[in-house]
Amino acid sequence: MASTPLLQVRNLTTQFGSGAGAFTAVNDITFDVNAGETVAIVGESGSGKSVTALSILRLVPTPPGHIVAGEVVFEGIDLLKLSDAEMRAVRGNRIAMIFQEPMTSLNPSLTIGLQIAEPVNLHKGMPWNMAYKKAKELLERVRMPDAQGRLNTNPHQFSGGMRQRIMIAMALACEPKLIIADEPTTALDVTVQAQILELLKELTHETGAALILITHDLGVVARYADRVCVMYGGKIVETADACDLYERPMHPYTRGLMASIPRLDQPAGVRLVPIIGQPPNLAQLPPGCAFNPRCSEAAERCRRDTPNLMKAGDGHSHACWMVPHG
Amino acid sequence: MIGGYVARRILALIPTLFFASLIVFFTIRLIPGSVIDLMLSQNDGSASGLPRAQLEAALGLDQPIYIQYFRWLGSLLLHGNLGNSLWTGTPVMDEVVHRLPVTFELGAMALVISLSIGVPIGVYTALRQNTIGDYIFRTVSILALAIPGFWIGTLVAVLPALWWGWSPPISYVSLLQDPVAHLVQLLIPALILAMASSALIMRLTRTMMLEVLRQDYIRTAYAKGLPVRTIMARHALRNALIPVITLIGLLAPLLFGGTIIMEQIFAIPGMGLLLLEAVGNRDYPMITGVFLITGIAVIIINLLVDLSYGWFDPKVRTR
Repeated sequence: MASTPLLQVRNLTTQFGSGAGAFTAVNDITFDVNAGETVAIVGESGSGKSVTALSILRLVPTPPGHIVAGEVVFEGIDLLKLSDAEMRAVRGNRIAMIFQEPMTSLNPSLTIGLQIAEPVNLHKGMPWNMAYKKAKELLERVRMPDAQGRLNTNPHQFSGGMRQRIMIAMALACEPKLIIADEPTTALDVTVQAQILELLKELTHETGAALILITHDLGVVARYADRVCVMYGGKIVETADACDLYERPMHPYTRGLMASIPRLDQPAGVRLVPIIGQPPNLAQLPPGCAFNPRCSEAAERCRRDTPNLMKAGDGHSHACWMVPHG
Repeated sequence: MIGGYVARRILALIPTLFFASLIVFFTIRLIPGSVIDLMLSQNDGSASGLPRAQLEAALGLDQPIYIQYFRWLGSLLLHGNLGNSLWTGTPVMDEVVHRLPVTFELGAMALVISLSIGVPIGVYTALRQNTIGDYIFRTVSILALAIPGFWIGTLVAVLPALWWGWSPPISYVSLLQDPVAHLVQLLIPALILAMASSALIMRLTRTMMLEVLRQDYIRTAYAKGLPVRTIMARHALRNALIPVITLIGLLAPLLFGGTIIMEQIFAIPGMGLLLLEAVGNRDYPMITGVFLITGIAVIIINLLVDLSYGWFDPKVRTR
């Protein structure tokens, strides 16, 4: 794309702890998000995808975590250089976040009306009665039945799916340019998951907001993402357009993930192939490629040198020594 | 719905108070040395000169104890009468109603002081966890819990007199006579009473704030771009204070126990002083009356505490 990306993450590195117990949760990652685009970040638990999301908004709990290097350039401004007050003006306003646990991410003692109206009042300077009106519209947009009547109810009166709709309404409140959804459907029933993702896709499409969708579910990625970053051990190991990734997964880890998903077009009785071994312990990553202990194709070089992302075609990069690139 | 709840709670008071009165009525008569012995040992006063049997009959103490109890209960239920003082003959109800406001005022002052010291410091120490300020306040709070109130009270009453020839006012000034002098007079005992309870409130507030600040919804509030002050005031404190409200209910009887001592040290004519005198004189109706009224007060405070959960915790409201 010719225009400057909305968000440019450059060499972002986030560490936790200090001394011997320190580990790098996000290790030198670089990716772009264009305006209106949906980028999925895929990986196992502990791959660093959630920390990436929190780092963008500078919400990593400090201590123990701190961002040690890199740039997060949003609309031409490096967020990591902003003052706390300037950063607050971005959060919930230009960039909004939706969290994994809708059951605990809403304040139990405040009404949902207040919680949705809060960012409108804060960032748009709208008086509370106007902000509540806006909250009602937002609830209608996320298809909450009886939006007006629900404004004065508290979160415990809602199911998980409804609470996630409330979270989405809250995220949309200030018409952000970027929404970061950290595993928005993990805690929900399968039937509700699809509804929530459809809703997110539709609303981001309507408002022109870009979406970073963090998930461990490659099935979700195929349907909703434009581009995909696959993370492993705190690094991006492969990035490509969603369709391209499905057609030509390159990194052995991505291929492993693909082989472990059930497919409807497979003949009955074919067994799924799991990736052997355990997700890596970030405090004790092996030398070389982090995936080498679990990789059937690993060679001498993989155990010695750490690969970085290498171009392997139009918009497709991977970090594997053994796969051809260029 | 809320009215039904209150009605049920008040109905549940009746058996509690019945058993409480039964226990107080009987145990108080088990204390060695009866009121008759005391009266006979004093040579002066109207009672002297009468033989023991006549004195007992005049006070109604010649009847079997269960008859005495049912007489007392009957006059309470039928006439709202708690009986008369054995010594002065004044109605117990008048005496108690006269003294109750002073004790209530002292206890309420102590509670307000404990809350206004305990909650802000609790929040501060939670926000500055493991800094010097946190350590200092935590140490001071342990100290405040460990030092007995009667000891501090005695020191405050005695030492200034020794050093500067100043002592806290001894003669009681009522609120109507001179409001300022009255409040100043109650302030010292209230502060001493508040010492231990403010330490308890501070420590509980600190613990609960730390717990609440780790919750996901606090992270959500940060992600909205709210400033820290709003997050504390609007999102954290209200949730953290729910257990503190419970503590207030538990503190009510403790504070009452404390007022008895403070009223004695600082010569404040409240329920505590009344009770101490009554116990010393074996004034049975007076003791029973004070306990009964105190019991009702504590139970009502706890009822109010339970009702206030509804405001703090919406989950309670809809159940």
